[in-house]
Amino acid sequence: MTSTGTVQPGGPTATEQRRLGRAFPRAGTAAPGRRGGWFAWITLGVVCFLWLVPSIGLLITSFRTAEAALTTGWWTVILHPFQDWTISNYTEVLNSGGRNAFVNSLVVSLPATIIPIFIAAFAAYAFTFMEFPGRDFFFILIVGLLVVPLQVALVPLLKIYGNIGLQGTFASVWLAHAAFGLPLAIFILRGYMTTLPRGVIESAKIDGASHYQTFWRLIVPMSVPALASFAIFQFLWTWNDLLVALIFLGPGEKEVLTVAVAGLVGAQQQGWQLITAGAFISMVVPLLVFLGLQRYFVRGLTAGAVKG
Amino acid sequence: MIKVINALLAIIGGVAGILVLYWVLNFLAERLPGKWEGRLKPYFYILPALAAIGLFLIYPAIQTIVYSFANPTSTKWVGLKNYTDLLTTKDFQITLVNTLLWIIIVPTLVVVLGLAVAVLADRLSSGGERLSKTLIFLPMAISGVAMAAIWRFVYEVRPAGTTQIGLQNAVWTGLGGSPVAWLQEDTFKLNTFFLMIILVWGQTGFAMVLLSAAIKGVPEDTLEAARIDGANERQTFFRVVVPQIWGTVITVFITVLIGVMKIFDVVYVMTGGNFNTNVIAVSFFNQLITNGDAGKAAAIVVMLMIAVIPVMIYQVRHFRAEEASR
Repeated sequence: MTSTGTVQPGGPTATEQRRLGRAFPRAGTAAPGRRGGWFAWITLGVVCFLWLVPSIGLLITSFRTAEAALTTGWWTVILHPFQDWTISNYTEVLNSGGRNAFVNSLVVSLPATIIPIFIAAFAAYAFTFMEFPGRDFFFILIVGLLVVPLQVALVPLLKIYGNIGLQGTFASVWLAHAAFGLPLAIFILRGYMTTLPRGVIESAKIDGASHYQTFWRLIVPMSVPALASFAIFQFLWTWNDLLVALIFLGPGEKEVLTVAVAGLVGAQQQGWQLITAGAFISMVVPLLVFLGLQRYFVRGLTAGAVKG
Repeated sequence: MIKVINALLAIIGGVAGILVLYWVLNFLAERLPGKWEGRLKPYFYILPALAAIGLFLIYPAIQTIVYSFANPTSTKWVGLKNYTDLLTTKDFQITLVNTLLWIIIVPTLVVVLGLAVAVLADRLSSGGERLSKTLIFLPMAISGVAMAAIWRFVYEVRPAGTTQIGLQNAVWTGLGGSPVAWLQEDTFKLNTFFLMIILVWGQTGFAMVLLSAAIKGVPEDTLEAARIDGANERQTFFRVVVPQIWGTVITVFITVLIGVMKIFDVVYVMTGGNFNTNVIAVSFFNQLITNGDAGKAAAIVVMLMIAVIPVMIYQVRHFRAEEASR
């Protein structure tokens, strides 16, 4: 098998990751051998149009009045572009708990992203640069756990949290998300650390640096791209998660955005046009992350897509 | 406000706690006599990670297996009753069939579409490539809930005679049909198929990015050689490019498959599993939360675990082969 076929289900290899950086070419870097071709242009134009239409529909509807949204299709604005616009859907969503849900989403995602990073980094360091009996066994265990659906943990955790009074607290979600993210974090970080130049670490050792010093002074600074990829993936994962938030926090005072929007979509008719504004508010943060940190984002997402 | 402060405290406290923990562990390891320092230090470094994984994943997984043989409140053994009850009800059989359809159809469509887009985008100018890829990749960023909200406005139905505000029905009635409640129409699993479309829409970008990277990695000289030998565009693609990117195709397929096996949010939000669209993860949620039946919920998860085992074995084997070739 050539190097082209060596992406692991758990994530791209180092070569693959370098190439992923090129998946979205920079403007102006014309690749050699492009043969325009009207067929490609037209087909992709149609595909992109189809891909975009549902989202445009939502965006337009979110700025229409309730009455207009419920009686005419959103595409009719093309014929009457200057009537029935409003931002009241947004203000109404934000004032009726949307602001609270937005804050809750941040309160859940940030600690759940930051806490596992160093735990994973230390473990990844040991797996990469230290020799010890059981190393392969433990790492294979982690590779296997990558694909285990997190549902396996939910029934007992619900009982345990209930018994120790953690159920319904933000801490319960932080702990669950942090632990569920660990196998992936260790996997990504070790994958990256194995590509770091060995010589640097060897010479640090010869100069008398301990593992602890090598870790903090060399490995952590050198691993920033991998740390960023994981952080972005984990942040988006926890931000977009519905299942864990629904089970441990549920609807109500502590509901996160996904739970709030799911409640709106599920409710028939009443407040129907509010779904659109709610959905867009929930999409703002991930879209900003996507557009701002595209390179890390793509790496993180492709490496983490198998997460249970 | 208090919860924001709590969250900040959790971040600071969590990170500081972890840093202190490792400092202490390292300090202890360095106090160990001679040889023991080197022997035990690695375990000190991996211990917190393994403890968390053991406590939050492995121990609960074992507990789940135990609970699956017990009653709804996990207070009494019921043997295999949860499994036999589930497997003999029509609803759960439909759920299994639906999940099976999902894991066959969605990954296939995603790979085929992703490959097509990757190949076509490769022929555009770099500006066009960048734009089209960004647009198609964008849904990867948003939650299943947001996807459901978006597609609600495609599948919405209004009674015949009134204006259709859902895109699909507007087109359908425009072509002369009468309005259809797309998400309730279970003839030929039509509604399940419409739910699948949402996920295909969301995942194609992922397949495209990985496959596009693989295609760009195919050595130019193998393509040149094929062209010199007189192969046309199609032959070059299927006989030269596809075999070289096959590993990536499998990877994408399996990755999407794992995601689809536990598809929850899209189905939960769109139909709640009604109208014969139920899937395993929604059925699990309903048993656990709506019915409060921990036994059946656990049994469903155990079935999911069993289904994941082949993928796990593949994953581990693949990883080993990968390590060996390093």
